[in-house]
Amino acid sequence: MTIEKKVSTKNLETETGVSRRGFVKGAAAVTGAAIGSGAITGFPTIWAQNIKDVTLRQFGTGVSNINAVADKVKEDLGFTLQMTALDSDAVAQRAVTQPNSFDIADIEYWICKKVFPAGTMQPMDTTKLANYKHISKLFIDGKLTPDSEIAQGTAPHTVGFVEGADSTTFASAPTQWMTLIPTIYNADTLGIRPDLIDREITSWADLLDPAFKGKASILNIPSIGIMDAAMVCEAMGEVTYGDKGNMTKDEIDKTIAVMIDAKKAGQFRAFWKSFDESVNLMASGEVVIQSMWSPAVAAVRSKGIACKYQPLKEGYRAWGGGIGLAKHLSGLELEAAYEYIDWYLSGWVGAYLNRQGYYSAAPATAKKFMSDDEWGFWMEGKAAEGDILSPDGKVMEKAGAVRDGGSYEERMGSVACWNSVMDENKHMVRKWNEFIAA
Amino acid sequence: MASDTSKRSSYFLITPMALIFAVFLVIPLLTIVVVSFWDYDEYRILPDFILENYSYLLSSSVTWSIYLNTLKYAALTWFFTLVIGFTVAYFLAFHVRSLTWQIVFFMLCTIPFWTSNIIRMISWIPFLGRNGLLNSALINLGIVDQPLEFLLFSDFAVVLADVHLYALFMVVPIFNSMMRIDRSLVEAARDAGASGFETLKSVIVPLSKPGIAIGSIFVITVVMGDFITVRLMSGGQSASVGLQISNEIGLLQYPAAAASAVVLLITVLLIVTALLRLVDIRKEL
Repeated sequence: MTIEKKVSTKNLETETGVSRRGFVKGAAAVTGAAIGSGAITGFPTIWAQNIKDVTLRQFGTGVSNINAVADKVKEDLGFTLQMTALDSDAVAQRAVTQPNSFDIADIEYWICKKVFPAGTMQPMDTTKLANYKHISKLFIDGKLTPDSEIAQGTAPHTVGFVEGADSTTFASAPTQWMTLIPTIYNADTLGIRPDLIDREITSWADLLDPAFKGKASILNIPSIGIMDAAMVCEAMGEVTYGDKGNMTKDEIDKTIAVMIDAKKAGQFRAFWKSFDESVNLMASGEVVIQSMWSPAVAAVRSKGIACKYQPLKEGYRAWGGGIGLAKHLSGLELEAAYEYIDWYLSGWVGAYLNRQGYYSAAPATAKKFMSDDEWGFWMEGKAAEGDILSPDGKVMEKAGAVRDGGSYEERMGSVACWNSVMDENKHMVRKWNEFIAA
Repeated sequence: MASDTSKRSSYFLITPMALIFAVFLVIPLLTIVVVSFWDYDEYRILPDFILENYSYLLSSSVTWSIYLNTLKYAALTWFFTLVIGFTVAYFLAFHVRSLTWQIVFFMLCTIPFWTSNIIRMISWIPFLGRNGLLNSALINLGIVDQPLEFLLFSDFAVVLADVHLYALFMVVPIFNSMMRIDRSLVEAARDAGASGFETLKSVIVPLSKPGIAIGSIFVITVVMGDFITVRLMSGGQSASVGLQISNEIGLLQYPAAAASAVVLLITVLLIVTALLRLVDIRKEL
């Protein structure tokens, strides 16, 4: 048995030539031991030694660029992950214009629709990912459960696959080649200050309620802001849409007209562009109702200020992100990237993200890393039995609290629309600028 | 022959400067002009020759309102920085007698500028906010019973921050001009029976004009191109030309941004030319 394995090492040595000889010689004892434990995968074992020198550069929006993930990668996989956090616009820009400045792009699906056709990224071979089978159906065929309806907008599965290894054309059905491995997603709604609002908020239309004149805000990232605006206009009955994720010029014009009227009437206190701005607006009381992201609500609450992520009857605006590979990756770095991505799906990160109020793309694996109480609170909409802690150990919710919006199925099952990029994007951006300048 | 050599040596001497200008100014500017005629879609810029970027820019009502808004900010900021700058410079140059104290006071003026622009700007936000220091103070003193909303996220806030940020740009050149005024001219005016105001009007202001012009150019060009002050202090509710360009770049619409930049450059150059027509700043250099 042992002899056989040693022979295979010899073969490997001669086959792979000079470049690896020095290493094999120098670490003959180590290799021998390693081979003894896993001769069938002799190749990766040797790479696993070299992989420690690999550094992967990842960039993306602030939400998932978490230092704790980089630390855990170092611990579990041995290589170094460098993270850079940028805003959504900058992410799209960099992915297209500086293809060599990153190894792993952490982008949202609607950005992927813009960026992937530019050819600066390569699709992933799903057969190399052991955890592929655990990925939520939402990202494979768009259906959370077999009978759920596919929401409007850039639903992740529509840009999740391409036709082949070198293709930049999105496939209409799942293939072996995935553009992004989903990492993090959520359902967004309006955030409110329940202590400063004395009535029930039930509809997106409440954003433009004159009662909140001078105390409302909307986010100023055109492709996302327009969706919130559309949810509002539809709820008010002012505009009807064929597809909110891909509006006609006429629908865009009508939506913006409603928003301009509201702005001129002094409805808005400010517009925000970054996470921190939204937290400050809410925490300082400048704004009592606004479009908001889930961790921003948590951030306001952690200051001891009441803030609610209000579920609304029209449903949520959802978004999702994933990580993809840069075109230039090859060899050892590519292998490391695959290992990293498979590891991402294996549960530790998923549990971490779930504890932040996002959702993991592979819930089944994340469950193994969460306590029953945590799982019940975050995923099943049950009342917390003990205090719910954030990933860094701060108390986020006291015992007895229930998550705004309820369970995973309730929240992700009532998505009205996904963040998207429209065919009439240019027109939309121009109209949005009119709104801002009005 | 001799003149030939001197010609050659002067060409040689200006070469480094000319190269620097060519590489860091002329070529980038030409690139911007060229790109402004290109086409684009969501994620690419497409080499082409189209006039659509300009025709849209110049025909859109948004552009006009944005320019009007930017010019309004520039004019207001210019006015207030001029009043403050002139007053401070006058005090430093004519009321503070000893050079030591002039230097001390001048240093005092610059102290706020040791911190970053952004920090100086952002520190206004908690001060002016609805529940900010100023509003709480006013309410506690019983001066108002509702917080003053116009203080933050408004044109007022933008101009206030701009004036705060750029007043020094006005103080320095005007102070410099005033220090060069021959003191005997002021005495002569007084001897000839001119009042303080007449001396100011007929002697000091005309002789400070180059400084005023330089300060004005600094302030106006900076405010015309500014985007971050407008964004932060108006809470994203107002637009300026710079902000428009920054948004377009953010959305990968480089050709549209380039066209906006070219139009802004032309506008600012026209303003500067007009200022230079009024005042000969060469005297100062």
